[in-house]
Amino acid sequence: MSLILFIEQMLNGVQFGVMLFLMAAGLTLIFGVMGLINLAHGSLYMIGAFAAAWVAGMSGSFVLALIASLAAAAAAGALIELTVIRRLYDRDHLDQVLATFALILIFSEGTRWLFGSFPLFLEIPPYLSGPVTLPGGIEYPLYRLAIIGVGLLVAAGLFALIARTRIGIQIRAGEADREMIAALGVNISALYTIVFALGAALAGLAGALIGAIQSVQVGMGEPVLILAFVVIVIGGIGSIKGALVGAILVGLTDTLGRVLLPAVFAQFMAPQAASSVGSSLASMSIYILMAGVLVMRPSGLFGKA
Amino acid sequence: MIKGDDDMKLKTLAMAGALTMAACAAQAEVKVGMITTLSGGGAGLGIDVRDGFMLAIEQSGRSDIEVIIEDDQRKPDIAVQLADKMIQSDKVDVMTGIIWSNLAMAVVPGAVAQGKFYLSPNAGPSALAGKGCNKNYFNVAWQNDNLHEAAGAYATDETFLNAFIMAPNYPAGQDALTGFKRYFDGNIAGEVYTQLGQTDYAAEIAQIRDSVADHVFFFLPGGMGISFLKQYADSGVKKPLIGPAFSFDQGILQAVGDAALGVKNTSQWNKDIDNPTNAAFVASFQEKYGRLPSLYASQGFDTGNLLISAVESADVADQDAFRAALEAADFNSTRGDFAFGNNHHPIQNIYVREVIKEGDVYTNKIVGTALEHHADAYAPECKM
Repeated sequence: MSLILFIEQMLNGVQFGVMLFLMAAGLTLIFGVMGLINLAHGSLYMIGAFAAAWVAGMSGSFVLALIASLAAAAAAGALIELTVIRRLYDRDHLDQVLATFALILIFSEGTRWLFGSFPLFLEIPPYLSGPVTLPGGIEYPLYRLAIIGVGLLVAAGLFALIARTRIGIQIRAGEADREMIAALGVNISALYTIVFALGAALAGLAGALIGAIQSVQVGMGEPVLILAFVVIVIGGIGSIKGALVGAILVGLTDTLGRVLLPAVFAQFMAPQAASSVGSSLASMSIYILMAGVLVMRPSGLFGKA
Repeated sequence: MIKGDDDMKLKTLAMAGALTMAACAAQAEVKVGMITTLSGGGAGLGIDVRDGFMLAIEQSGRSDIEVIIEDDQRKPDIAVQLADKMIQSDKVDVMTGIIWSNLAMAVVPGAVAQGKFYLSPNAGPSALAGKGCNKNYFNVAWQNDNLHEAAGAYATDETFLNAFIMAPNYPAGQDALTGFKRYFDGNIAGEVYTQLGQTDYAAEIAQIRDSVADHVFFFLPGGMGISFLKQYADSGVKKPLIGPAFSFDQGILQAVGDAALGVKNTSQWNKDIDNPTNAAFVASFQEKYGRLPSLYASQGFDTGNLLISAVESADVADQDAFRAALEAADFNSTRGDFAFGNNHHPIQNIYVREVIKEGDVYTNKIVGTALEHHADAYAPECKM
């Protein structure tokens, strides 16, 4: 493998990691602040993608589509927080899993009822489509560079929000002691609704951005959700920094595993067998990474012990 | 006088007999159990098969065929439960509908062992075409390898020399690459198994760009194909793509858009196959459901018409006669002439299609024939 190809694959890994971060950021925020396991996070991702595809189809504008994805996912998030999630904070995780799993089914069939069973069309806007040439002669799709940019902006925005703003202080205080912050006069219910809507909006944004280069269809959120859970477990639950580092680690491990493992096995096996075995091992690589991290640091890289 | 009386009696008896027989015929209903995927990610395929099948039943005007439809949610365990219920409590005569090979493998062997007929409108796993063939199992669509074999034959015809081939790492994906290689005479420049359900193909596209391949064969059904096609078009890699029809059916193309234009794909059916049955099918499907039919819809429609042709000429209670009527395949197929091979899988032409845009709608047109009167590779292993 040439050096250029290797660098390109590293870039692909980082880009995949940033995609995962967009999804994992909202999930870890919600878990960290409220202690809630939200399986329906993937549904909010799907809602964002469908809202974007629908608005882009109507208006032809990708910017409007992104705004619609944020608004629709935040609205759906606020709605389920007020009606369902709110009742789950004091229950154990099993009840939360059960209720949010029911939400997945409701959202999936509801989306099918509204939009039909066939995948929707959402395309990259013309000003972001096609490849650009990077230094070293790597041709790389502009849109994927844009996703890296948006992901890093979201990360910076979240750090600033948590570390520098009044609501950030309340969020951190709520993480530490829910009763005490309520006693100090902060409207904890409203705060939780806001945090949940924010996490949902991030998922919706990820759905819209990623929907443009993937398939906008019912059930698109669940495979990503599993990876997002791996990311936040590796990074340490509740830590935004952990989510970013974990996402990029998972992205790099997955991409390089997919590329390198078949090549390694091809040194001493027939091509077909090498490809098949390499691919099987590659699909395990991120879970092996997760297991390794948990052995060294049981609460994740940046988790609180 | 006496003679006349007897004559009358005889006539009355004959009349009564005829009436009873007519009444019997009206009661001799054929019960069909359809298990297919109507919810979850792959629902589009099941809905198309169901709609095509029900259109055929409706057009026949027969009231003696009762169809029970259930949703398997693409889960083998649910499909098995539904099959048990249909066989034991609904007492169906014929089963059909399953889309996915892993579900078919969970249901079909048990159903045919219990003396039910199974007409497959889609899944055609090799295990049921070769040694595991059964006298009561009929596949109306294709054996799984067929469209991939045609893609290999087409690549050979186009004198491509180096192929980059790619499929998900699961049995149908391995069959796909085996099928392609069976008919491709050139070199394999790269062979990649992706993960099932993978959504990001940046790493594979970089490998394609880097390889010496002059074309790419890929089998990525459903959403995986949509993702790959969009990302490939955006990557600027210009190597021609070839694939089986599964990534280019009517339900998917609208979601891929311009990224699919011009791509060659192989299929046993297309809406422009020139015969009166197909023209009438395309028009009536569009009128009833408000969308163009996909190949899955055509397979459902052909399955329905095969069943009707057998019901017309034999009683389902007489299994041998009914089986012979199914084997005769005496119906008008949307594919033109239709015949079963010795293992009850079709012997048929497989065409090369190109994705085009008609007005605002993305669809396919036939540009050539990859394989003529093609039977599957497993037929010789079938001892029935």
